[in-house]
Amino acid sequence: MSRHASGLKAWLLQRFSAVYIAAFGLYFLLALLFSAPPSYEAWRDWLGSPLLSLALVIFFIAVVAHAWVGMRDVIVDYAKPLWLRLSLLTLVGVILLGSLSGAVMALLSVR
Amino acid sequence: MRNNSKRPVFLDLTRIHLPVMAVMSIAHRIAGVLLFLAIPAAVYLLDLSLRGPQGYGEAVELLRHGGVKLLLAFLIWAFAHHLFAGIRYLFIDLDVGVGLATGRRTAMVAMGAGVVVFLLGALLLL
Repeated sequence: MSRHASGLKAWLLQRFSAVYIAAFGLYFLLALLFSAPPSYEAWRDWLGSPLLSLALVIFFIAVVAHAWVGMRDVIVDYAKPLWLRLSLLTLVGVILLGSLSGAVMALLSVR
Repeated sequence: MRNNSKRPVFLDLTRIHLPVMAVMSIAHRIAGVLLFLAIPAAVYLLDLSLRGPQGYGEAVELLRHGGVKLLLAFLIWAFAHHLFAGIRYLFIDLDVGVGLATGRRTAMVAMGAGVVVFLLGALLLL
């Protein structure tokens, strides 16, 4: 995609990730609220099931992409000096990539 | 920013009222930043809870802590508000609910729904 379309790409990414986060996030929260696995074994087996761990990995990818686009918009709007903008963007990027790799490794370690 | 124009400047904070859509929009940003800050904490808890029975117990214990529950209640508001305001934006992208009167009404509904979910969540947690 050309450089001119990168804004459109981010816009689309924000909306598609939002729909997945809303759907899966609601399912996961309600499952936790009304039928939380009662023990470590049940928790591990639930998160270790192939379908749910795949859905969770996709969820974390969607969350990190969504948060990146959103935080980038906020930082670019309010942090005007270039050095501050770049520092904050780098910090956010490191936090998000670290979180994503931590989540994927934790989920892979289950099985 | 310097203002070189001769136009009058009106900054009486007691008499300026932001439109309800603006309040909803700013809250959508604040909620989004809060949710971003929660990501590493959530991943930490997930990792801890999967490290074995002991880590699982520590994670459950952490979530029972009063201060953590208070934080969770605010995060529930942040998630709900971000979700409802986001759904409203998605409908507006599809040209549904465009217009001043409708926009004002849906903004109030989105904010109110966020507050209702916050109260429900706080009741369930505390």
